[in-house]
Amino acid sequence: MTQIIERPPMHGDDVPEPRGPILTTVPQAPTLTMAQAINRALHDAMAADDRVLVFGEDVATLGGVFRVTEGLSETFGEQRCFDTPLAESGIVGIAIGLAIRGFLPVPEIQFDGFAAPAFDQMVSHLAKYRMRTHGDVDMPVTIRIPSFGGIGAVEHHSESTESYWLHTAGLKVVVPSTPSDAYWLLRQAIVSRDPVIYLEPKRRYWTREVVDTHTPALPIGRAAVRRVGTDVTVVTYGPLVATALSAAELAEEHGWSLEVVDLRSLNPLDFDTVADSVRKTGRAVVMHEGPRTLGFGAELAARIQEELFYDLEAPVLRATGFDTPYPPARLEKVWLPGPDRLLDCVERAMGQP
Amino acid sequence: MALPFPQPAAAAASVDLAPIRLVDPDGSPTAEDRYSRDLPPETLSWLYELMVVTRGLDSEFINLQRQGELALFASCRGQEAAQIGAAACLRKTDWLFPQYREIGAFLLRGITPAQMGAVWRGKWHGGLGFTERCCAPISIPIGTHGLHAVGAAMGAQRLGEDSVTLAYLGDGATSEGDAHEALNFAAVFNAPCVFFIQNNGWAISVPVSHQMAAPSIAHRAIGYGMPGIRVDGNDVLACYAVVAEAAQRARDGGGPTLIEAITYRMGPHTTSDDPTRYRSEVEVAQWAALDPIDRYRTYLQGIGVWTERLEERVEARSKRVRADLRESVVGADDFDVGEMFDTVYHDITPDLVRQRDELRAELAKEA
Repeated sequence: MTQIIERPPMHGDDVPEPRGPILTTVPQAPTLTMAQAINRALHDAMAADDRVLVFGEDVATLGGVFRVTEGLSETFGEQRCFDTPLAESGIVGIAIGLAIRGFLPVPEIQFDGFAAPAFDQMVSHLAKYRMRTHGDVDMPVTIRIPSFGGIGAVEHHSESTESYWLHTAGLKVVVPSTPSDAYWLLRQAIVSRDPVIYLEPKRRYWTREVVDTHTPALPIGRAAVRRVGTDVTVVTYGPLVATALSAAELAEEHGWSLEVVDLRSLNPLDFDTVADSVRKTGRAVVMHEGPRTLGFGAELAARIQEELFYDLEAPVLRATGFDTPYPPARLEKVWLPGPDRLLDCVERAMGQP
Repeated sequence: MALPFPQPAAAAASVDLAPIRLVDPDGSPTAEDRYSRDLPPETLSWLYELMVVTRGLDSEFINLQRQGELALFASCRGQEAAQIGAAACLRKTDWLFPQYREIGAFLLRGITPAQMGAVWRGKWHGGLGFTERCCAPISIPIGTHGLHAVGAAMGAQRLGEDSVTLAYLGDGATSEGDAHEALNFAAVFNAPCVFFIQNNGWAISVPVSHQMAAPSIAHRAIGYGMPGIRVDGNDVLACYAVVAEAAQRARDGGGPTLIEAITYRMGPHTTSDDPTRYRSEVEVAQWAALDPIDRYRTYLQGIGVWTERLEERVEARSKRVRADLRESVVGADDFDVGEMFDTVYHDITPDLVRQRDELRAELAKEA
């Protein structure tokens, strides 16, 4: 995997890591899939703090439909990792009640499409609770949602929900693209005193990487430049970071140098990193899976032209899904933005005078 | 041959349609002997004081709304016995999860008129300082906060406490999906949670008969596998006794209870509503004759707890609380605009800092 360039010193570097049983028995940084990294993060967070609770549909006995929560119920007991009735609004609703009593709930919504029944609890209560209590009550709830498409799934299992949460003040939204980020963004989300929506790119669950569970990665609110380039900035996140990196290899054959910015954290947004890159390249393409209209690309494009208008050599372009429902699996390959759609945008941007 | 599924643990329970009543509408004690009405005299007079002061406060809220000082108000007139009886039997560390009409319960918990008035004044959402009194902020999306009560009760289980939570819901709320999920979760997890449904007859303009086809709201408890009890919601002692019993069962590990308190909303849904469009004067007059405060006063007179001195004390307290509301709401400063940005997150985001600065610059230009 591509490494983050020039990791700067950051808040939390000097804080010793809490040691759980796995950390003490694994002396070297392990190679983990993203799914394993998330599992390790849940394990380590539960070992570090008794207040952390994991619950949802099929998370305990089964270990989750993707086995992401495997072993947690056995290790920490059914009071701390438990199966709930099949009701997403209920899952988020009890998380709010548990948070009021000082717990750090980490509920799972089994699939992106099933976040819809929980929408009211997330938007009307979870997001607003701190403000509605005039700052008196923390809502340290981390909602894990296996998200996005590309796995040939049946309908309601491939949705991009981030725009809903990003349009809701009070929620934070993070999307890891690598196993290391999956581990650290989740650890940081769980200790955040605000609610965090943690979207897991399920088609990257099986990517592998050495994960250093001792040295914190970048905090929530910081983007990472995954590849340095000079001609066009590609701004993306989650499952499409790997897509952008492979497109960047292809772009080299055309003589185009792409810089790939992985947002990691959509709210809070690290616009400074985006701006620094676009100032350098003068061109930006935003890429995400979800439909184009009012996707996060619309916000990023607006923001880039508002703040960087005179640095731009070309309009900000968007390589996205279409304004249709997510298509059946046999059509998803052509629906999803891939290297071709991204490079078409790059070509248009480079073709500007 | 029996099907290879787990067999039910217990036979289905039944629900008595006749509500529990300890004091008849004429103020005389009933023959009901399953529950006790013998509370210490100071508790009996405290309940009376709470009910009278709540009604006075309620009237003052309506006055202030009529005078243009408040945007809106949802009166609890007629429901004082239900909401006060339910909260009065609990410990002050038992969390309450109210709707928006429970000013009697707020008063009982020591939430000040200014703190509850903040909502109706439009000063702040949710109310101020509620959680310091183990009371959740008001919840306007109907039926959704029952789940918070269940989650908090599950938290109490995990903290090893013997506390309970109480969710106030209404008849309309029981039609919401979240109410179903809350009742089901509570039963499945045996959560120490009491669901107190104030069936006041009307969800704005829609009568209970249009909310469900079940024989009663309490009957729904059968399907969830928890006790369901109907109580006369205009009888403060019955509400006190029934909730006390349910709370004790929950503390002892016996799980949740669904209580249907039958009462009546004497006023409009809110100050913006016109109930003459959907209900008859005859119906309102019938319920006026069942007034919970009149009934309780007569009962107290009968047992010698009511005295002229008590009445004077209660009236004086009512007057003070009404004056307090008027002064604290009308005289209060609005919050600084920064508060609406600063309370969204624990750590404000860079974008919100920017937007807060933009607004401050905008306001400075106008000034």
